[in-house]
Amino acid sequence: MSKFKKGKKGMPGISTASLPDIVFMLLFFFMVSTTMRETDLLLKKPALPVASEVKKLEHKSLVSTIYVGKSKDARIAGDKIQVNDKIIEVKDVPSFIYSERALRKEDEVKFMTTSIKADKEASVGTILDIKEQLRDINALKISFSTSKGTDLSKNY
Amino acid sequence: MARRENSEINAGSMADIAFLLLIFFLVTTTMDVDSGIARKLPEKTDQPSDVIVKEKNVLDIVVNRNNQILVEDEIVKVTDIKRLAMKFIDNGGGLGTPIDDKPGEPCDYCGGAKDPNSSDHPSKAVISLQSDRGTKYGMYVSIQNEIEAAYNQLRNDLSMKRYKRSYDDLLQDYSDNPTESIKVKIDNLKDKYPQIITEPEPIK
Repeated sequence: MSKFKKGKKGMPGISTASLPDIVFMLLFFFMVSTTMRETDLLLKKPALPVASEVKKLEHKSLVSTIYVGKSKDARIAGDKIQVNDKIIEVKDVPSFIYSERALRKEDEVKFMTTSIKADKEASVGTILDIKEQLRDINALKISFSTSKGTDLSKNY
Repeated sequence: MARRENSEINAGSMADIAFLLLIFFLVTTTMDVDSGIARKLPEKTDQPSDVIVKEKNVLDIVVNRNNQILVEDEIVKVTDIKRLAMKFIDNGGGLGTPIDDKPGEPCDYCGGAKDPNSSDHPSKAVISLQSDRGTKYGMYVSIQNEIEAAYNQLRNDLSMKRYKRSYDDLLQDYSDNPTESIKVKIDNLKDKYPQIITEPEPIK
Protein backbone atom coordinates (compact mmCIF):
# COMPACT_ATOMS: atom_id res chain seq x y z
CA MET A 1 0.00 0.00 0.00
CA SER A 2 2.63 2.40 1.03
CA LYS A 3 4.19 1.97 -2.36
CA PHE A 4 1.47 4.02 -3.90
CA LYS A 5 1.21 6.58 -1.27
CA LYS A 6 1.95 9.89 -2.90
CA GLY A 7 1.46 12.33 -0.07
CA LYS A 8 2.10 15.90 -1.03
CA LYS A 9 5.41 17.06 0.41
CA GLY A 10 4.86 20.78 -0.24
CA MET A 11 7.68 23.15 -1.00
CA PRO A 12 11.12 22.03 0.11
CA GLY A 13 12.49 24.30 2.82
CA ILE A 14 15.06 26.95 1.89
CA SER A 15 18.49 25.87 3.00
CA THR A 16 19.72 28.04 5.85
CA ALA A 17 23.15 26.48 5.93
CA SER A 18 24.80 29.61 4.52
CA LEU A 19 23.00 31.98 6.86
CA PRO A 20 25.71 31.88 9.54
CA ASP A 21 28.29 32.71 6.88
CA ILE A 22 26.32 35.72 5.72
CA VAL A 23 25.75 36.95 9.25
CA PHE A 24 29.41 36.47 10.16
CA MET A 25 30.39 38.46 7.11
CA LEU A 26 28.14 41.32 8.25
CA LEU A 27 29.52 41.02 11.76
CA PHE A 28 33.11 41.32 10.60
CA PHE A 29 32.23 44.27 8.40
CA PHE A 30 30.78 46.13 11.37
CA MET A 31 33.60 45.12 13.69
CA VAL A 32 36.18 46.53 11.28
CA SER A 33 34.42 49.67 10.12
CA THR A 34 33.10 51.01 13.41
CA THR A 35 34.55 52.21 16.65
CA MET A 36 33.31 51.79 20.18
CA ARG A 37 31.01 54.46 21.45
CA GLU A 38 32.61 56.04 24.48
CA THR A 39 30.22 58.67 25.70
CA ASP A 40 26.55 59.34 25.88
CA LEU A 41 25.83 62.88 24.87
CA LEU A 42 24.11 64.96 27.52
CA LEU A 43 23.98 67.92 25.18
CA LYS A 44 22.03 68.31 22.01
CA LYS A 45 24.05 66.60 19.30
CA PRO A 46 26.40 69.30 17.99
CA ALA A 47 25.80 70.19 14.35
CA LEU A 48 29.41 70.32 13.21
CA PRO A 49 30.44 73.06 10.81
CA VAL A 50 31.54 72.14 7.32
CA ALA A 51 35.11 72.65 6.12
CA SER A 52 37.01 71.68 3.01
CA GLU A 53 40.57 71.54 4.35
CA VAL A 54 40.07 68.77 6.88
CA LYS A 55 42.66 66.40 8.21
CA LYS A 56 41.81 63.02 9.61
CA LEU A 57 42.74 62.62 13.25
CA GLU A 58 45.42 59.99 13.61
CA HIS A 59 45.90 57.77 16.67
CA LYS A 60 42.38 57.64 17.97
CA SER A 61 43.52 56.46 21.37
CA LEU A 62 45.39 59.73 21.92
CA VAL A 63 42.45 61.98 21.24
CA SER A 64 40.42 63.55 24.03
CA THR A 65 37.17 65.07 22.99
CA ILE A 66 35.45 68.15 24.35
CA TYR A 67 31.87 68.73 23.29
CA VAL A 68 30.36 72.20 23.16
CA GLY A 69 26.71 72.78 22.48
CA LYS A 70 23.30 73.68 23.76
CA SER A 71 21.68 71.86 26.63
CA LYS A 72 18.93 69.39 25.78
CA ASP A 73 16.62 71.41 27.97
CA ALA A 74 15.51 74.33 25.81
CA ARG A 75 15.01 76.56 28.87
CA ILE A 76 18.72 76.54 29.68
CA ALA A 77 20.48 79.08 27.51
CA GLY A 78 24.14 79.39 26.69
CA ASP A 79 26.82 76.96 25.65
CA LYS A 80 27.52 73.93 27.74
CA ILE A 81 30.74 71.94 27.77
CA GLN A 82 30.75 68.19 28.11
CA VAL A 83 33.64 65.81 28.64
CA ASN A 84 33.30 62.09 29.21
CA ASP A 85 29.87 61.71 30.76
CA LYS A 86 29.42 64.98 32.56
CA ILE A 87 28.84 68.63 31.94
CA ILE A 88 31.64 70.85 33.25
CA GLU A 89 32.64 74.47 33.54
CA VAL A 90 35.45 76.04 31.54
CA LYS A 91 37.72 76.10 34.60
CA ASP A 92 37.47 72.30 34.90
CA VAL A 93 38.97 71.72 31.47
CA PRO A 94 42.57 71.46 32.77
CA SER A 95 41.64 68.77 35.29
CA PHE A 96 39.98 66.80 32.50
CA ILE A 97 43.14 66.99 30.39
CA TYR A 98 45.25 65.97 33.41
CA SER A 99 43.04 62.94 33.99
CA GLU A 100 43.32 62.05 30.30
CA ARG A 101 47.09 62.35 30.50
CA ALA A 102 47.22 60.10 33.52
CA LEU A 103 45.68 57.31 31.46
CA ARG A 104 48.40 57.45 28.79
CA LYS A 105 52.01 56.51 28.78
CA GLU A 106 54.35 59.34 29.55
CA ASP A 107 56.05 59.42 26.16
CA GLU A 108 52.70 59.54 24.40
CA VAL A 109 51.52 62.64 26.20
CA LYS A 110 53.14 65.02 23.76
CA PHE A 111 51.23 63.47 20.87
CA MET A 112 47.87 63.90 22.53
CA THR A 113 45.33 65.93 20.64
CA THR A 114 42.26 67.67 21.93
CA SER A 115 39.36 67.53 19.56
CA ILE A 116 36.76 70.25 20.01
CA LYS A 117 33.37 69.14 18.77
CA ALA A 118 31.33 72.28 18.88
CA ASP A 119 27.99 73.20 17.46
CA LYS A 120 28.20 75.75 14.66
CA GLU A 121 25.79 77.96 16.59
CA ALA A 122 28.09 78.09 19.62
CA SER A 123 29.82 81.37 20.34
CA VAL A 124 33.51 81.85 19.74
CA GLY A 125 33.94 83.21 23.28
CA THR A 126 33.41 79.76 24.78
CA ILE A 127 35.85 78.19 22.34
CA LEU A 128 38.48 80.84 23.01
CA ASP A 129 38.07 80.29 26.77
CA ILE A 130 38.70 76.58 26.29
CA LYS A 131 41.71 77.32 24.09
CA GLU A 132 43.11 79.61 26.77
CA GLN A 133 42.71 76.89 29.40
CA LEU A 134 44.44 74.39 27.12
CA ARG A 135 47.31 76.81 26.54
CA ASP A 136 47.72 77.18 30.29
CA ILE A 137 48.49 73.50 30.72
CA ASN A 138 50.44 73.08 27.49
CA ALA A 139 47.93 70.94 25.65
CA LEU A 140 48.76 72.66 22.41
CA LYS A 141 47.56 70.28 19.74
CA ILE A 142 43.93 70.90 18.99
CA SER A 143 41.56 70.06 16.22
CA PHE A 144 38.31 71.80 15.39
CA SER A 145 36.10 68.91 14.51
CA THR A 146 34.27 69.46 11.24
CA SER A 147 32.54 67.43 8.64
CA LYS A 148 33.95 67.43 5.14
CA GLY A 149 32.20 69.46 2.53
CA THR A 150 32.68 72.39 0.21
CA ASP A 151 29.53 74.40 0.86
CA LEU A 152 30.64 76.69 3.67
CA SER A 153 27.59 78.93 3.44
CA LYS A 154 25.68 76.56 5.74
CA ASN A 155 28.05 77.48 8.56
CA TYR A 156 26.71 80.92 9.24
CA MET B 1 28.80 -3.42 11.02
CA ALA B 2 30.45 -0.67 13.05
CA ARG B 3 28.31 2.24 14.03
CA ARG B 4 29.26 5.55 12.48
CA GLU B 5 30.57 7.53 15.42
CA ASN B 6 31.11 10.99 13.97
CA SER B 7 27.67 12.38 13.56
CA GLU B 8 27.65 16.04 12.45
CA ILE B 9 27.55 18.81 15.00
CA ASN B 10 24.30 20.65 14.79
CA ALA B 11 25.08 24.06 13.35
CA GLY B 12 21.55 25.31 13.40
CA SER B 13 22.13 27.69 16.29
CA MET B 14 25.26 29.16 14.72
CA ALA B 15 23.19 31.78 12.95
CA ASP B 16 21.56 32.81 16.21
CA ILE B 17 24.88 33.24 17.94
CA ALA B 18 26.26 35.28 15.07
CA PHE B 19 23.15 37.44 14.98
CA LEU B 20 23.48 38.09 18.67
CA LEU B 21 27.08 39.23 18.24
CA LEU B 22 26.14 41.34 15.24
CA ILE B 23 23.42 43.14 17.12
CA PHE B 24 25.75 43.72 20.06
CA PHE B 25 28.29 45.43 17.76
CA LEU B 26 25.63 47.42 15.98
CA VAL B 27 24.44 48.87 19.25
CA THR B 28 27.75 49.59 20.95
CA THR B 29 29.73 51.07 18.09
CA THR B 30 29.59 54.18 15.98
CA MET B 31 30.78 54.78 12.47
CA ASP B 32 31.84 58.41 12.55
CA VAL B 33 35.38 59.28 11.55
CA ASP B 34 36.84 62.14 13.47
CA SER B 35 38.29 64.77 11.20
CA GLY B 36 38.84 68.47 11.53
CA ILE B 37 41.03 71.50 11.08
CA ALA B 38 44.26 70.94 13.00
CA ARG B 39 45.77 73.88 14.84
CA LYS B 40 48.74 74.30 17.11
CA LEU B 41 48.28 76.74 19.96
CA PRO B 42 51.13 79.10 20.82
CA GLU B 43 53.04 78.27 23.95
CA LYS B 44 52.43 80.43 26.96
CA THR B 45 55.32 82.59 28.04
CA ASP B 46 55.68 84.56 31.22
CA GLN B 47 56.90 87.78 29.74
CA PRO B 48 55.42 88.67 26.37
CA SER B 49 58.29 89.43 24.04
CA ASP B 50 57.97 92.61 22.04
CA VAL B 51 58.30 91.51 18.49
CA ILE B 52 58.08 94.40 16.14
CA VAL B 53 56.19 93.52 13.01
CA LYS B 54 55.68 96.08 10.30
CA GLU B 55 52.10 97.05 9.63
CA LYS B 56 52.37 95.98 6.02
CA ASN B 57 53.38 92.46 7.03
CA VAL B 58 50.13 91.88 8.89
CA LEU B 59 46.83 90.99 7.27
CA ASP B 60 44.14 92.07 9.68
CA ILE B 61 40.99 90.01 9.64
CA VAL B 62 38.33 91.16 12.09
CA VAL B 63 34.97 89.50 12.50
CA ASN B 64 32.24 91.01 14.64
CA ARG B 65 29.29 89.54 16.51
CA ASN B 66 27.02 89.91 13.48
CA ASN B 67 29.39 87.66 11.55
CA GLN B 68 30.56 90.49 9.31
CA ILE B 69 34.18 90.38 8.21
CA LEU B 70 36.65 93.20 7.76
CA VAL B 71 39.89 92.54 5.94
CA GLU B 72 42.21 95.54 6.04
CA ASP B 73 39.23 97.81 6.81
CA GLU B 74 37.12 96.59 3.94
CA ILE B 75 33.95 94.54 4.33
CA VAL B 76 34.37 91.25 2.52
CA LYS B 77 32.64 87.91 2.22
CA VAL B 78 34.06 84.63 3.55
CA THR B 79 34.68 83.43 0.02
CA ASP B 80 36.98 86.43 -0.66
CA ILE B 81 39.36 85.62 2.19
CA LYS B 82 41.24 82.87 0.38
CA ARG B 83 42.02 85.12 -2.58
CA LEU B 84 43.01 88.08 -0.38
CA ALA B 85 45.17 85.92 1.88
CA MET B 86 46.94 84.33 -1.07
CA LYS B 87 47.59 87.71 -2.64
CA PHE B 88 48.96 88.96 0.68
CA ILE B 89 51.19 85.97 1.50
CA ASP B 90 52.53 85.51 -2.00
CA ASN B 91 53.30 89.19 -2.54
CA GLY B 92 57.03 89.03 -1.89
CA GLY B 93 57.65 92.77 -1.99
CA GLY B 94 60.84 92.79 0.06
CA LEU B 95 63.43 90.67 1.86
CA GLY B 96 62.80 87.57 3.91
CA THR B 97 63.68 86.87 7.53
CA PRO B 98 67.43 86.78 8.09
CA ILE B 99 68.54 83.21 8.87
CA ASP B 100 71.50 83.00 11.27
CA ASP B 101 73.81 85.77 10.14
CA LYS B 102 72.85 85.82 6.50
CA PRO B 103 70.73 88.76 5.46
CA GLY B 104 67.22 88.04 4.23
CA GLU B 105 66.75 87.25 0.59
CA PRO B 106 63.96 88.32 -1.72
CA CYS B 107 61.34 85.69 -2.41
CA ASP B 108 62.34 83.99 -5.64
CA TYR B 109 59.40 81.57 -5.73
CA CYS B 110 56.57 84.01 -5.10
CA GLY B 111 54.18 84.75 -7.91
CA GLY B 112 52.75 87.87 -6.32
CA ALA B 113 52.54 91.48 -7.42
CA LYS B 114 55.69 92.56 -5.50
CA ASP B 115 53.71 95.47 -4.11
CA PRO B 116 55.96 97.39 -1.69
CA ASN B 117 52.94 98.21 0.49
CA SER B 118 52.03 94.58 1.08
CA SER B 119 53.93 91.74 2.76
CA ASP B 120 57.70 91.42 2.31
CA HIS B 121 58.08 87.69 2.24
CA PRO B 122 55.96 84.60 3.05
CA SER B 123 58.18 83.99 6.08
CA LYS B 124 57.25 87.42 7.42
CA ALA B 125 53.59 87.51 6.45
CA VAL B 126 51.40 87.31 9.54
CA ILE B 127 47.67 86.74 9.41
CA SER B 128 45.85 88.16 12.39
CA LEU B 129 42.35 86.88 13.10
CA GLN B 130 40.47 88.86 15.69
CA SER B 131 37.02 87.68 16.57
CA ASP B 132 34.29 88.82 18.88
CA ARG B 133 33.12 86.69 21.80
CA GLY B 134 29.69 86.63 20.22
CA THR B 135 30.81 85.48 16.79
CA LYS B 136 29.28 82.23 15.67
CA TYR B 137 31.63 79.27 15.83
CA GLY B 138 30.60 78.24 12.31
CA MET B 139 31.86 81.57 11.00
CA TYR B 140 35.11 81.27 12.90
CA VAL B 141 35.75 77.79 11.50
CA SER B 142 34.90 78.99 8.00
CA ILE B 143 37.52 81.73 8.22
CA GLN B 144 40.11 79.33 9.65
CA ASN B 145 39.26 77.01 6.80
CA GLU B 146 39.76 79.71 4.18
CA ILE B 147 43.14 80.67 5.64
CA GLU B 148 44.18 77.03 5.64
CA ALA B 149 42.95 76.76 2.06
CA ALA B 150 45.08 79.75 1.03
CA TYR B 151 48.24 78.19 2.47
CA ASN B 152 47.44 74.80 0.95
CA GLN B 153 46.84 76.34 -2.44
CA LEU B 154 50.17 78.18 -2.34
CA ARG B 155 52.01 75.05 -1.26
CA ASN B 156 50.24 73.08 -3.99
CA ASP B 157 51.28 75.56 -6.65
CA LEU B 158 54.89 75.59 -5.52
CA SER B 159 54.90 71.82 -5.26
CA MET B 160 53.61 71.46 -8.82
CA LYS B 161 56.39 73.76 -10.04
CA ARG B 162 59.19 72.06 -8.13
CA TYR B 163 58.20 68.42 -7.84
CA LYS B 164 55.56 68.09 -10.58
CA ARG B 165 52.99 66.81 -8.09
CA SER B 166 50.65 68.46 -5.65
CA TYR B 167 51.25 69.00 -1.95
CA ASP B 168 48.12 67.01 -1.10
CA ASP B 169 49.51 64.17 -3.15
CA LEU B 170 52.79 64.29 -1.22
CA LEU B 171 50.97 64.30 2.12
CA GLN B 172 48.83 61.36 1.03
CA ASP B 173 51.91 59.50 -0.11
CA TYR B 174 53.67 60.22 3.16
CA SER B 175 50.83 58.88 5.26
CA ASP B 176 50.71 55.70 3.15
CA ASN B 177 54.42 55.12 3.19
CA PRO B 178 56.61 57.49 5.19
CA THR B 179 59.99 57.90 3.54
CA GLU B 180 62.70 60.42 4.19
CA SER B 181 62.70 61.87 0.67
CA ILE B 182 59.02 62.81 0.81
CA LYS B 183 59.43 64.26 4.29
CA VAL B 184 62.20 66.53 3.05
CA LYS B 185 59.94 67.80 0.28
CA ILE B 186 57.01 68.40 2.62
CA ASP B 187 59.20 70.19 5.16
CA ASN B 188 60.67 72.30 2.42
CA LEU B 189 57.23 73.38 1.21
CA LYS B 190 56.09 74.10 4.78
CA ASP B 191 59.24 76.13 5.25
CA LYS B 192 58.62 78.17 2.10
CA TYR B 193 55.08 79.04 3.18
CA PRO B 194 55.02 78.82 6.99
CA GLN B 195 51.65 79.31 8.63
CA ILE B 196 51.88 82.33 10.88
CA ILE B 197 48.48 83.02 12.33
CA THR B 198 47.92 85.13 15.39
CA GLU B 199 44.73 85.53 17.33
CA PRO B 200 44.64 88.64 19.49
CA GLU B 201 42.33 89.00 22.45
CA PRO B 202 38.69 88.94 21.35
CA ILE B 203 36.65 92.12 21.20
CA LYS B 204 34.66 92.40 24.37
